[in-house]
Amino acid sequence: MPHLLNSYRAENITLRAGGRLLLDGAGVTVAPGRVSVLIGPNGAGKSTLLKVLSGELRPSGGQVRLGEEAVSRLGPALLARRRAVLPQSVEVAFPFTVAEVVAIGRPAGRGGHEAVSRALGRVEMAERAGEAYQRLSGGEKQRVQLARTLVQLEAGAERGGGPGYLLLDEPTASLDLAQQMLVLRLMRTLAAEGVGVLAVLHDLNLAVLAADEIVALEAGRVVARGTPHEVMTDARIGALYKVPARIGWAPEALPFLLPHGLVGDGAKR
Amino acid sequence: MQPAGVKEVQARGVRRGALGLAVCAVLLVLAMLASLAIGPVTIAPARVMEVLLAALQGERAAGVREAIVVLDIRLPRTLLGLLVGMALALGGALMQGIFRNPLADPGLIGVSNGAAFAAVGWIVLGHHAVDALPAGLAALAGTAGLPFAAFIGALLATVALYLIATRDGRTSVATMLFAGIAIGALSGAGTGVMVFLASDQQLRDFTFWSFGSLGGSTFAKVWAAAPFVVLLLLAALPLARALDAIALGEAEAFHVGVNVQRTKRIAIAAVAAAVGAAVAMAGVIGFIGLVVPHLVRLALGPGHRVLLPASALLGGALLLGADVVARTLVSPAELPLGVVTAMMGAPFFLGLLLRRRAALGG
Repeated sequence: MPHLLNSYRAENITLRAGGRLLLDGAGVTVAPGRVSVLIGPNGAGKSTLLKVLSGELRPSGGQVRLGEEAVSRLGPALLARRRAVLPQSVEVAFPFTVAEVVAIGRPAGRGGHEAVSRALGRVEMAERAGEAYQRLSGGEKQRVQLARTLVQLEAGAERGGGPGYLLLDEPTASLDLAQQMLVLRLMRTLAAEGVGVLAVLHDLNLAVLAADEIVALEAGRVVARGTPHEVMTDARIGALYKVPARIGWAPEALPFLLPHGLVGDGAKR
Repeated sequence: MQPAGVKEVQARGVRRGALGLAVCAVLLVLAMLASLAIGPVTIAPARVMEVLLAALQGERAAGVREAIVVLDIRLPRTLLGLLVGMALALGGALMQGIFRNPLADPGLIGVSNGAAFAAVGWIVLGHHAVDALPAGLAALAGTAGLPFAAFIGALLATVALYLIATRDGRTSVATMLFAGIAIGALSGAGTGVMVFLASDQQLRDFTFWSFGSLGGSTFAKVWAAAPFVVLLLLAALPLARALDAIALGEAEAFHVGVNVQRTKRIAIAAVAAAVGAAVAMAGVIGFIGLVVPHLVRLALGPGHRVLLPASALLGGALLLGADVVARTLVSPAELPLGVVTAMMGAPFFLGLLLRRRAALGG
């Protein structure tokens, strides 16, 4: 469904930086109420595509549209009302408390203690509101930033931005198993509330658990897109990651991946 | 103990901020009173108030000598000190917010030196430019030329620093400090050339710049500096939310709806204007811009909604305090103000570093 009018989409994006072609005609569509997941090897352009979608990077070619509007035409404030972004990791320059960091997601930048509480509760950090953000572990910081994006989405909805869109760049990277499940569950819940969710995920099994649609990138191009069942095949995944792989089937009829062996030097055991 | 909920945490922050601002305001009023009361002739604070109240009603209080000392000698000095302290401390807080670094201080990273170089250049060479202008413009250039030159110097130094130290929206601390040292050294060398070219009288004017002083304060200087400092206050205070967001990173600030480029441009121009004006009126005074925001952050937290106004208030108070020390310690002579702020500020700063090292366990 690449041409929904009511969607957030990057179309035919090319991006050159430092003489390298980072994106080469890539596109992705985030639809309200659905979870899309970007997969692909390191350097395929996943994070870059997410940054183009968020408006942070201007593409050299192609366009990014939010509904019927070009993202480049929307100012930062209007854009922030309709989409929130969770970057890979966020270090805060000064000793702000957890509650203060989350409140930065609100347009007024403070107050809204109910919204902040609710968001911290959803990421199971409610008890930590008064602590210094800088002292948290990597996974805790990640969840606090996720709470900040939740507060931003809620404030955007109040101000007429609709349920909005959430872009997540490797939201599970520094989390343990329980927290990974928490974040995936949250992505599904948000989608059920009407939010369009796009996540870059490295762990293919997590991608399968969360995704309505998987988009596979390689060398700046989309090489496969479809439901997890369509994308997760031995041939596709093997070709994408240059690793012999075999897809198995989990109890709930979900495909899962076990690497089929190491390749290259030292692979023999 | 039950961990505090968001509501309590936020309420605690608001209470602490309000109390802190009130304390800073009281300190500033006390410092202003001290600055008006203390000197070669000590005048009781109650008497100072009488003289001020009478002057407000348009009449001179009885005891003409006290009125002259308070109104004509100490009042312009106090007001100028207030403006300079506000400009330096608020300028420091703003630069630290924009650079995302608590070490960014206009004095430490070459901005004040840039302003001083331009100011000295104006003192030595400016009259050539003034001579070339038609009479009306020449009069304007004569009065406004110095602060304007200092502003340009501060602006060039700030922009150069920013362009050198920032790449892809991230400011490298090491690069910033090294670039600041280089810009400071270059300005110092340029200032040296000007000294070489200067006449005896110009040389005497110049000594004043290198150490900083509120000596020779006049109401004319107060009126010349005031618009720049008011401009800084008006520009800075609405940036509080944007600066809080920039603390997360420039990309993150953009994500939550902040126009980062616009914020940076406003902050840099306002800081350059106010620091330039402060340097033009009082020379290079270090450490206020570094120490004051640091103290406020320790006591009241890093949120810019409180940090910015509290820094302005405390900066004024601290500079006036330092000036009182500068003119009483070796009375009737005067220590240069920059020497006093360095003597108070540098050990304080080293103490902070040691404490931080201890807190980090090594």
